[in-house]
Amino acid sequence: MLRLTRGTTVAFGIVVGIVLLFMYAPLFLVIINSFNVAPIANWPISGFTFDWWVRAFQNEALWAAVQNSVIVATGAMIIALVLGTLAAFALQRFEFFGKHTVNLLIVLPIALPGVVTGVAFSNSFNNVLEPAGIQVGYFGMIIAHATFCIVMVFNNVFARLRRMNPSMQEASMDLGASLWQTFRLVTFPQFRTAFVAGGLLAFALSFDEIVVTIFTAPAGVDTLPLWMFNQMARPNEATQVNVIATVLILLSFIPVYISQRLTRAEEEER
Amino acid sequence: MSAPTAPTEPVPTEPAPTDSGSATPSRDTAADTAASSSERGQGGVELHAVTKRFGETVAVDDLTLSVESGEFFSMLGPSGSGKTTVLRLIAGFEEVTSGSIEIAGTDVTRAAPFDRTVNTVFQDYALFPHMTIADNVAYGLRVRKVSKAEQKERVAAALEQVRLSHVADRLPHQLSGGQRQRIALARALILQPRVLLLDEPLGALDKQLREQMQIELKQIQREVGITFIFVTHDQEEALTLSDRIAVFNNGRVEQVGTPREVYEYPQTGFVAGFLGISNLIDAGHAERLTGVAKAISVRPERVRLMDARTEPATHETCVDGTIVETVYTGPTTRYIVDTVDGLRVIAERHNDHAPSDTAPYHRGDAVRAVWVTEHAAVVP
Repeated sequence: MLRLTRGTTVAFGIVVGIVLLFMYAPLFLVIINSFNVAPIANWPISGFTFDWWVRAFQNEALWAAVQNSVIVATGAMIIALVLGTLAAFALQRFEFFGKHTVNLLIVLPIALPGVVTGVAFSNSFNNVLEPAGIQVGYFGMIIAHATFCIVMVFNNVFARLRRMNPSMQEASMDLGASLWQTFRLVTFPQFRTAFVAGGLLAFALSFDEIVVTIFTAPAGVDTLPLWMFNQMARPNEATQVNVIATVLILLSFIPVYISQRLTRAEEEER
Repeated sequence: MSAPTAPTEPVPTEPAPTDSGSATPSRDTAADTAASSSERGQGGVELHAVTKRFGETVAVDDLTLSVESGEFFSMLGPSGSGKTTVLRLIAGFEEVTSGSIEIAGTDVTRAAPFDRTVNTVFQDYALFPHMTIADNVAYGLRVRKVSKAEQKERVAAALEQVRLSHVADRLPHQLSGGQRQRIALARALILQPRVLLLDEPLGALDKQLREQMQIELKQIQREVGITFIFVTHDQEEALTLSDRIAVFNNGRVEQVGTPREVYEYPQTGFVAGFLGISNLIDAGHAERLTGVAKAISVRPERVRLMDARTEPATHETCVDGTIVETVYTGPTTRYIVDTVDGLRVIAERHNDHAPSDTAPYHRGDAVRAVWVTEHAAVVP
């Protein structure tokens, strides 16, 4: 174990304190301001009220945005889970011509700036597909999100498959299991945690996506991030953003909790 | 081990015999044939002209092999000699490039692993880490939709057989290496296969545990009476366990025979060198020594050392040289002797003298290495 002098320990403590303060003070400010009487965030708050919470929960536009976000994120996640897992299997288990290129093409969208992805999809949807009579509408947004969500699932599942002992599958078949039984009883349980973690990441990535969404959302459709972004421009409504932000902060504990439990279960199994 | 009566004339020179009715029948073979003849065809494995290529590499080269029902058959060879590939071909994990495979009289050349009446014990055991030991052992029954009650009963019996009933509810990672090995065995045997394939199953265990497991394996094989095909690179393990051994090299079988046959009458220089230590004397030197221009192999334990002035008996062959190294191994001491005409002979001597005495010969001593002429096996 590395030994530190008392001075170093104190210095590190201070640095950690400052970093945590910068990370969490703004979040704290958001939570407090959701109860602020004043319509614009300030410090210290002018007075305490549940007024904004009530108004936020009665705001139909907000609920519509939440619904849109959940649908889009769920859709993108499902596409990502299916295609990402299939791609991971194909690239991990088989040798074929152009394998490395395919690998690169799958991973590329996550590195591509959102602006580029957005412009590209917007152009294809509005200038190519629409004149051809194909209305992608809502579904276009889901596909645009899925392109970079796939990477999350792909990377997780691929890494897990690589660590998996190939003789497990052989043992299963040797004991009489069909291909499907082997997948269901042996293979899937072993990459399930990677599958779930990849899915959670994909969902989260899509849920808070704003750049690509701006370019691909059909007219009149707001996702939650789009709605919040637009609200900020209206001074009298800004505090409702703090309310929904507070809710999101609390909700984000869920995936963090799940992923930590999965990791722990995993470590116990090793 | 007492020396068998070796033929005075060269041992048959035809290629390595591939069945137990080989050219040099010994007591072992006779016993083996008697034991298995009653159930012949029940669990025999036949390979006909099997070739397996991986790209440019030929892993198995035109192999014809016949494993008798109920025998403990070892495939011995260095890594990369093709023995594991042959096992995987029999199990169905790999498909033959050409040739055919028959298990228990049925052609399985193109059959999937789950359609073959063989089960495998893997080198790394391949237990399913997310299932309890009981679930691991029950797996084969579960995928065959055997009733829950029967599953329970047979799992209990299988765990009983390997004396591990108390670990039924644990996970594989909570078991020791030896326990995992036995569970892998129980999981494979629960399906009552006709043939059990074992891929270096003892390789990961330490020496003492390995020797204990060897005895256990042999006992289980006798109990269940099925064919065991055992892959190993450990010649001692193969000699200890097997009814017959196939010695592999470069994708080919160099020799098949009982442990005694392959050890005492190696048919090739490779076999002589791979099983134990051998003094392989090439045809040229052999001609000068014995008058017959055929390579011979003589085991170090059959070579005696004596004073350079002592005359050998008429039925003995001798070479003169200098001890260049002595190796103390505990029960024996090995003397490495170099002769003037470039021959190296190793003599092994039991340390049967008083523990406090040092060895009778030392490095630098001029000695005469002697063996009974007919104790040397002719290597065709």
